[in-house]
Amino acid sequence: METIPSIRVKDLTRQYGALTAIHKVNFTVKPGEVVGFLGPNGAGKSTTMRILSGIMSATSGSAWVGGICVAQNPHEVKRKIGYMPENNPLPDDMRVVEYLRFRSRLKEVPGHKLRAAVKEAMEICDLARTARRKIIGTLSKGFRQRVGIADALLGDPEIIIMDEPTIGLDPHQIQGIRKLIDNLRGKHTVIISSHILPEIERSCDRVIIINRGRIVAAGTSKELREEFLPSNRFSLIVEGNDTAVAACLTSRGIDADILECTPIAENRSELNLRVENEGNLGPQLIQILSSQREFILHSLAPREPNLEEIFLAATKRSWEETIETKPKISA
Amino acid sequence: MLFISPHTYIAAVLFLCLMGFLYWAILRGMVNTPSETLPTVQFFSVFWIPVFFVVPLLTMRSIAGERSIGTLDTLMTTPTSRVAVILSKFAGAYLFYMLLWVLTIGFPLVTEKLYPNVAESGALLELEPLVGSFLFLATSGLLFISIGVFASSVTRSQLVAGMLTFTTLFVVIIGGQQMGNLADAGGELSSWAVAAVNYLQIFEHLDDFSRGIIDTRPFFYYTSTTFLLLGFSTLVIEAKA
Repeated sequence: METIPSIRVKDLTRQYGALTAIHKVNFTVKPGEVVGFLGPNGAGKSTTMRILSGIMSATSGSAWVGGICVAQNPHEVKRKIGYMPENNPLPDDMRVVEYLRFRSRLKEVPGHKLRAAVKEAMEICDLARTARRKIIGTLSKGFRQRVGIADALLGDPEIIIMDEPTIGLDPHQIQGIRKLIDNLRGKHTVIISSHILPEIERSCDRVIIINRGRIVAAGTSKELREEFLPSNRFSLIVEGNDTAVAACLTSRGIDADILECTPIAENRSELNLRVENEGNLGPQLIQILSSQREFILHSLAPREPNLEEIFLAATKRSWEETIETKPKISA
Repeated sequence: MLFISPHTYIAAVLFLCLMGFLYWAILRGMVNTPSETLPTVQFFSVFWIPVFFVVPLLTMRSIAGERSIGTLDTLMTTPTSRVAVILSKFAGAYLFYMLLWVLTIGFPLVTEKLYPNVAESGALLELEPLVGSFLFLATSGLLFISIGVFASSVTRSQLVAGMLTFTTLFVVIIGGQQMGNLADAGGELSSWAVAAVNYLQIFEHLDDFSRGIIDTRPFFYYTSTTFLLLGFSTLVIEAKA
């Protein structure tokens, strides 16, 4: 039996006057998946999330949440979604527990389950012992984020949408939020938007890259690497004339290019090498480079391109495509 | 949010201080120059003074404040309808506004306790004008609070919402009275124009209510305008999401 996707978006477009925030966005999220929504500021991430959570209507296109059309039945969709908006707005004058109880009532949590639901959400977010009775206005940024996530968890929604959950947090707090997201994996479908790439790479099963309102790439980090940066990359440390490395490899029929050269000690440099040839090139490279007199090879290691590089490649390609598709103005 | 905000209680304290002072001033004035009008009637005839500042203070934060800090978004993601949001904001502010007026009954009670000889005349707590005045405050309050909620729904700035509420209340309360004065000074007006001007005169309504004349026209004026403004507020938050 075919499972109903948690989220299905088809040709979703939203215009603000003459400005197109998102244009014909299509994607699907399976139940239990943790998906990262990645894009530069103003790419259309928040607009897409606001449409999915029923706050805003789309100009055209359709979105289904748990098999229910958002435009036709936004009320029902809101029961399935826990949403934490960008900047995590919270009322400063309320206590954490008061706020979560108030939100539970708004989310139609039955009266007899209300205390248990609030307690569970606070325990998952590690608020129960530390910040239960604290006034929200006095909390640190990390705890505020936890309160926002606890709020999104209330009512046990099928889908949790978090818009920039780690923005403005210190590394310890980011690690805490990451663990929290890991705890949600499998139990809920989670969509996280962010422009902080390592976050998405570590937390998400799949990544959707959006730029200028269009989806420019979607897939796992591995799939994206293969699509956008298919070449092999190596990190090597050489002593001596580092400029001779690329020339030496080219002379042996290997299409190589030095992307970055960082001096690490006197006469010693770390090179970031891109090789266009396919296959397992490591042994071949070691053999060629270790037999040279102009430099000494100290180390060679394959280097996986990180999401930042994939993101830059994907957004660059989309910009180039946008420029190419623009009509040329005749003189 | 209304009842957890310090603004609300500051507005309440200011209201009670001002009304206490006005009540004292009215009683003192009556000692110096005896008047035929009851102190209760005189007291409620200055209802517009606190309305000008209490209504903006109670309502300016209702939607504009939530919109400016972003909590309106989180509210809209819950399965609560827009109508319910507007009605609950309205109900909260209205009930608190009425509670403040109910607390002013404390003034004649305190006076009665302190000066039992004055109270013997029964002038301080005469029931009929008291009920009539409260009925007027309850019905006119519907309109005043709905003006505030509507002004708050059209902007994200609490200051702008407050100024809009104050200006609209000024036009509705004082403008109606001025129109009445102009109509009186302008000689003969057609009967429908006189009826229309009287329909909008809030002070006339207060006079009628405090004398025990319960007319359905003011009820219709206040409730219909309230429904209209609350309906517009719902449409505004729907469109400005």
